[in-house]
Amino acid sequence: MRILVAVKYVPDTDEIRIDETTGTVVREGIPGIINPLDLYAVEEGLRLKEKWGGEIVALSMGPPKAAEALREALSMGVDRAVLLTDGRFAGSDTWATANTLSKAVRKLGHFDLILCGERATDGETGQVGPELGAMLDLPVITYVSRIEDLRPPHGGEPGWIRCCRLTEEGYQRLEAPLPALLTVVKEINEPRLPTFRGKSRARRTEIKVLSLEDLALSPQETGLQGSPTRVVKVFYPSLARDTVIVAESPEKSVERIIDFLREHQLI
Amino acid sequence: MDKGVWIIAEQWNGKLKKVSFELLSRARRLADKLGDPLSAVLLGYQVEEAAQELIYHGADVVYLVDHPKLFQFDPDPYVSCLERLIREERPKIIVAAATTTGRTLMPILAARLHTGLTADCTDLDIEGKTGLLLQTRPAIGGNVMATIKTPHHRPQMATVRPRSCKPSPRDPSRSGEVIVKDYPDEIFASRFKLLGLEKLREETVNIEDAEVVVAVGKGIGKPENLEWIRELAELLNGAIGASRAVVDLGWLSYPHQVGLSGKTVSPRLYLACGISGAIQHLAGMRGSELVVAINKDPRAQIFKVADLGVIGDLTEILPRLIQCLKSLKLKSEVRVKES
Repeated sequence: MRILVAVKYVPDTDEIRIDETTGTVVREGIPGIINPLDLYAVEEGLRLKEKWGGEIVALSMGPPKAAEALREALSMGVDRAVLLTDGRFAGSDTWATANTLSKAVRKLGHFDLILCGERATDGETGQVGPELGAMLDLPVITYVSRIEDLRPPHGGEPGWIRCCRLTEEGYQRLEAPLPALLTVVKEINEPRLPTFRGKSRARRTEIKVLSLEDLALSPQETGLQGSPTRVVKVFYPSLARDTVIVAESPEKSVERIIDFLREHQLI
Repeated sequence: MDKGVWIIAEQWNGKLKKVSFELLSRARRLADKLGDPLSAVLLGYQVEEAAQELIYHGADVVYLVDHPKLFQFDPDPYVSCLERLIREERPKIIVAAATTTGRTLMPILAARLHTGLTADCTDLDIEGKTGLLLQTRPAIGGNVMATIKTPHHRPQMATVRPRSCKPSPRDPSRSGEVIVKDYPDEIFASRFKLLGLEKLREETVNIEDAEVVVAVGKGIGKPENLEWIRELAELLNGAIGASRAVVDLGWLSYPHQVGLSGKTVSPRLYLACGISGAIQHLAGMRGSELVVAINKDPRAQIFKVADLGVIGDLTEILPRLIQCLKSLKLKSEVRVKES
C-alpha cells in the first residue's frame, strides 16, 4: 500500500489573542503547527501502513516554514515528506491549492489512498481535500469517522475500502474502489504522540522540496494568478451583545434565567 | 450568456429539508437584484411533490432529476447530474447548503468546472456596478470576516450555513415550471456501493438543526451531572452540545462537539453550562441568536458573547432551574386541560 497524507501548516489557534481595544486578531509571533485535524489523517495512515505494509508520504504546500508541519508528521512515523514551496504559489485559493497539490501527487507516483483532515483550523473551508480528489478523478469520501475494512490491490484484483461517513442523519456506510481520497473527522482515532526517537528521526530526515518548475506548472495555474476567487475586503465582526451579568443567589439567578426565557418566548 | 441564480435543494426520504427554504429566501434577494430567475435543482427518487413545494416557497423554475439511484446521497451520480445540468443551462450563481452533502458536492463540482467556491458564507450580496456575487464568510474562528468574489469564472459558487437566515414562507398560489430532466443511464453510474445508514443513537445529537442547544463544559464537574443537562435539553426541546474538553474526557460523543474541531451551530438559544469559552469554542457558537451562559468564573470568556451571563455554581443553579421549568410546564398543562 502506498498512502499519501496531505497536511497544512496553520497558526496555533491556542495562541491567537484578540486585541481588546481594537477587536483585531493579534497575529504577530503566533507559532505555526500542523493543522490539528490533519493529525487524525496521519494517524489513520500510520495504522493502515502498520497493518498492510508499504509506504506513507506526507505532502504539504506553504512557506518554507511549513516544513515544521511535515516534521511533526515525520516524528509520528511517516516515511517521507514533500514540501511544495515557491513564492509563485502564494495567494492560492482552494482551487489553485488543490490544482498544485494534484500536480505533485501525479509526480510522486501512484498512491492507493490519499488521506486529508476534514478542514484546516485557519481557513476552515474543507474544500481542498474534495477538490484534490476530483482533480485526480478519484472517488471522494468525506467526513469519514471509521474505516471498517480495506483490501489493497493484489495480483490484478483491485483494492477496496469500506467506511462510515458522519452525516447529519447518521453514519452512512459505503464502499469504494481504490485508489480513493478520504477526508477524516476527529472521531476516527486518537492520534499518537511523537516519540523521542521519532523526533530525532524527523530532524535528520531530509524534506524534499518542489517548486513551480519541478511541477511543470505555469504561473497562471497556481498562486493568486491561478485562483478563481479574490478577497475584496477583510474586516472584524462586532462581537457586541449587550451582556447582562447576574451575580446573585441561586434562587435569584434562576429567576433571571426564567425571565429571560419568557421574554424571548422560549418557554 | 450565463443566466439565473440556482439553489441546490436538499431532501431526505422525499421530504425537503428546511435548509432548502433558507437557500430560497437568500437566493431570492440575489435573483431580484439581478433581475434573473431563481431556480432550484432537486435530485432524488419519487420527489415530484417536493418539486412543487420548492415553487410554493419561491422558486420560478425547478430542475428535477428523479431516479432510483438518487434516493440516497451518492457523490458520483449527484455530481454527474449536476455537472451536466450546469453545463447545459449555465447559471450565473449556485448556492448550496454547508451540510455534509453540500460541502462534498460543491468542491467536487468547482474542481471539475474550474471555478471559485466560497465555503460557509454568512452573507451574500450582489455588487452594484458589476453584478458580481459578494460572498462574506468568517475565518480564523470567526474573528475575521472576509468578502470574496469570483470575477471571471462561472458559475460563482457558495455554500451557506444552515440556520443563517429565515426560511422563505410557503405560498400555494405561486406558480412556476418544473423541468424534468431525463438523463441516460450512464449518468447514474457510481463507483460507490451504498451499504446503508446507521442512525445516531441519541436523539439529542442533531445540534445543527436544533432551535435550542444546551451545551455543557468541564465545569459540570462529573459525568453523573450530565443528567441535569439531559433534563434541561428535554424541557427546552433542545439538543445537547459539548465543549471539546467534555468530548475528550469521553463524557459525550464527538457528534455533540461544538467549535473549531467540531460543529458550528446557530440556534435561537445557546445555553452554555460550565463552558469557559475558549476561542475555538466561541468559533462554533457565536452565530447563535441568544446566548445564556452560566459559569462560576466571572472572568470566563463565554460571558463576552453572552446576552445573559450568570455567575454561579451549576450544582446549585441547574437543579433549581429544572424544578422551576418542570412546575411551569405542569401549570401550562393544567391550563390546557382546563380550557
